[in-house]
This record gives sequence, structure tokens and C-alpha cells, in this order.
Amino acid sequence: MKFGLSEDRRQLIAGRLLEMADDELIVSHRNSEWTGHAPILEEDIAFANIAQDEMGHAVTWYNALSSLTGQDPDQLVFFRAPSEYRNIQLVELPKGDWAFSMLRQFLFDKWEATHLEALEQCSFQPAAEAACKIRHEEKYHLRHTRAWVRRLALGTEESKTRMQRALDLLWPYCPQLYERSPGFHLLVDESLMPNLPRLAPVWEESVRSELTEIGLRVPDYRSSLKLSRDMHTEYLPKLIEELQQVARLEPGVRW
Amino acid sequence: MGALTENAVWKILADINDPEIPVISIVELGVVRKVRINGHKALIEMTPTFSACPAYHAMQTSIEERLREIGAEQVEIRTVLTPPWSTDALSDETREKLRRSGLAVPDRHGGDAQRVLDAGAAVCPYCGSDRTRQTNPFGCTPCRSIAFCEDCRQPFEQLKPL
Repeated sequence: MKFGLSEDRRQLIAGRLLEMADDELIVSHRNSEWTGHAPILEEDIAFANIAQDEMGHAVTWYNALSSLTGQDPDQLVFFRAPSEYRNIQLVELPKGDWAFSMLRQFLFDKWEATHLEALEQCSFQPAAEAACKIRHEEKYHLRHTRAWVRRLALGTEESKTRMQRALDLLWPYCPQLYERSPGFHLLVDESLMPNLPRLAPVWEESVRSELTEIGLRVPDYRSSLKLSRDMHTEYLPKLIEELQQVARLEPGVRW
Repeated sequence: MGALTENAVWKILADINDPEIPVISIVELGVVRKVRINGHKALIEMTPTFSACPAYHAMQTSIEERLREIGAEQVEIRTVLTPPWSTDALSDETREKLRRSGLAVPDRHGGDAQRVLDAGAAVCPYCGSDRTRQTNPFGCTPCRSIAFCEDCRQPFEQLKPL
């Protein structure tokens, strides 16, 4: 029994760590697509940094998973089929325009702020400790994406229209942030993981108030779309193909 | 070849420089947390500055190489995350070394990095002026940001308060 967990709890926690790791990995990859293409040089540096940070967080969660199950993080990342990925659809959507990528990262950062704070209080110690570490770094992301979301929403007609369009496109995908996978409630019952649905209104109210304040129309519905994490959009396979391309050319090669 | 003792290991570690900020050692940087020796086996506990620090692996490789030179047959490097690395832990002496190399260090924040962050960029490492502004909250590595000094008209890098 590792970390004093029963086999069944260990499996459930491993499943959740994989979800968190995959979310970070995929959002990181999408953000990295802007490297060399951002609107200005400063932003090229900034967003590449954010992508790199998220990759670091993905590594942290894959390592935590590895210490529970012995799985090799590289194998998980480079040799899984797209259908085996457990990220939410929000992070796999194509990068779109700058407004879309900034708003997506903002919505994700807002979720991370809420989720990590709760995760820090949970009783599965390795996750609580990592959450504390990551939360400090995440402040830089939220600060940055918030500045961009405000700048674009309060900017020209064009930038405002684009920001609104991004919000209308992204909003239906958001509930998957706090959707629970089967069995997850058992972890919540034992305080091993935070109660995701309970965090939902905290996240939503905070996002709503920030975006409304800058004149964006936040859709007044909460999407009832139930998406499980093994369901993906048509965009994921291509992303995974690119992500795994080099590793699969020569499996096991050492740099 | 010297004996593999905790003291000997700390001495070696104090001689390994941060690959990205070579004016200070990895011990001064505060990423080495614990050293344990058991016969010919060395266990090192380390913590990354930022999670995605690209130098972290290079540091581990150097540690392993150098400890093998003094007779370690097995080197285990374990990452610990608690307490998280913080710029607060950098000693005054280390801060001075960094400043002299042109890298500004933010004031200690006592756990409230946001406050120091909101207060603006650090003091200019070249002329000591506080008429500085941040030009990019991100820089060439995850731990740095870019600032500009209005007095000596120099761009400079600083460590992000963490």
C-alpha cells in the first residue's frame, strides 16, 4: 500500500493525476504553437514562457502519477493513442486568434487558481504539496492573461468583437473543467481530492464578474453538455501526432 | 579520492555553479535541500526554482558526475516540493553576487510575492535607482523577468519574486 492507500483509491487518484497532467500538457502544446507567431516579440517570449511553465506542471503531475503506479511519463506522453488521453476538450481546440488563446488561458488560469487552492487542502499529500508549489507560479499567468483579456475587451471594436466571439465559442466547453470522472466522489468523501462541483460556482462567479466588468456578455446559461474525458474533438489526433512525431521516429533513442 | 562524507558532498555541491547563473552555486541558489550518505550511496534532495526550470536536469547530471568522482557508486536525486523554493531564501551575500552580475533580485516578500510584484520592478542592478519599470513579466528563463531603468537607461533582468 503506497501512501497508505487501498488499491482502489490508488487507481482513482492515478486517474485524476493523469487528467490534470494531460490538461497541462495539451494546453502547453497549444500555447507553444504561438512561438514565433505571437503579435509582438515581447509576447512571443511571454507566451512561450507560460507554455513552458505549464509543461513543467504537466511533468510534476506525471511524476506524481509515476510514483503511484510506476508508469514512465515519457511512455505516457509519447506512446499513448489520442483516445487514451484524458484532457478536457477546452484545451485541445485549435489556437484560433490571439483573443481566443488569451481567453482560453485566462479561463484555465482562473480554474487553476480555484482548483489548486482547494487541492492544497486535500489529504493526498503529494498532490497538496505540488499544488502549493504550482499555485505560486500560476500567479504570473493569471496576471498576464487577465491584462490581455482586459486590453482586448476594452480596446477597439475589432478586438472587442474578437474577444466576445472567443467567449461565445469557449463557454460551452467550460463545465468539463469540473466534471467528475466515475468513482471520483469516493476520493472527495475521504478528502483525498477536492470537491470539483462545489468549486464550479466559485470559479464561475469570479469569471463572470471579471468579464462582465469589462463589457463582455457572459452567456447566462451553463452548458448542460456532458462530456467525459475519453471523448475528444477531431482536433486532438493531429495535435498528438505532431507532439509524438519525433519520439516515434526512433523509440528509445537517447539524446 | 576523498571519502564520501556529508561534508565532502556539500563541499562539492558548493562548487557546482548554476548553469544559467554561473556566478552562484546551486547551494547558494537554494535548490539543494538535504544530503544523506549511506556507505557508497548518496541521496540528495533537491527542489526546482520554477517547475519548468530548464537547468534542473543539467544540475542533476553535474551532481551525479561529480559525486561519482569522489567515490559514490550510487547517486539518488529526489525532488521535494515542500517548502516551495522562494527568492526570499537567497542570502544577502548571494543577492549581492547576483546584483554585481547584472541580475536584480526582488525585495523579500515574507510569503506575499504579489505585494512585491505589484510594487513594480526591482532596484536597478547597475545604478541603484528605483526608477525602474517592468517591460516584460517574462524573460529568457522561467525565473526571470525583464525591466528597464529610467535613470541609467539600461534594460536589465531580475528574478521574479516567488
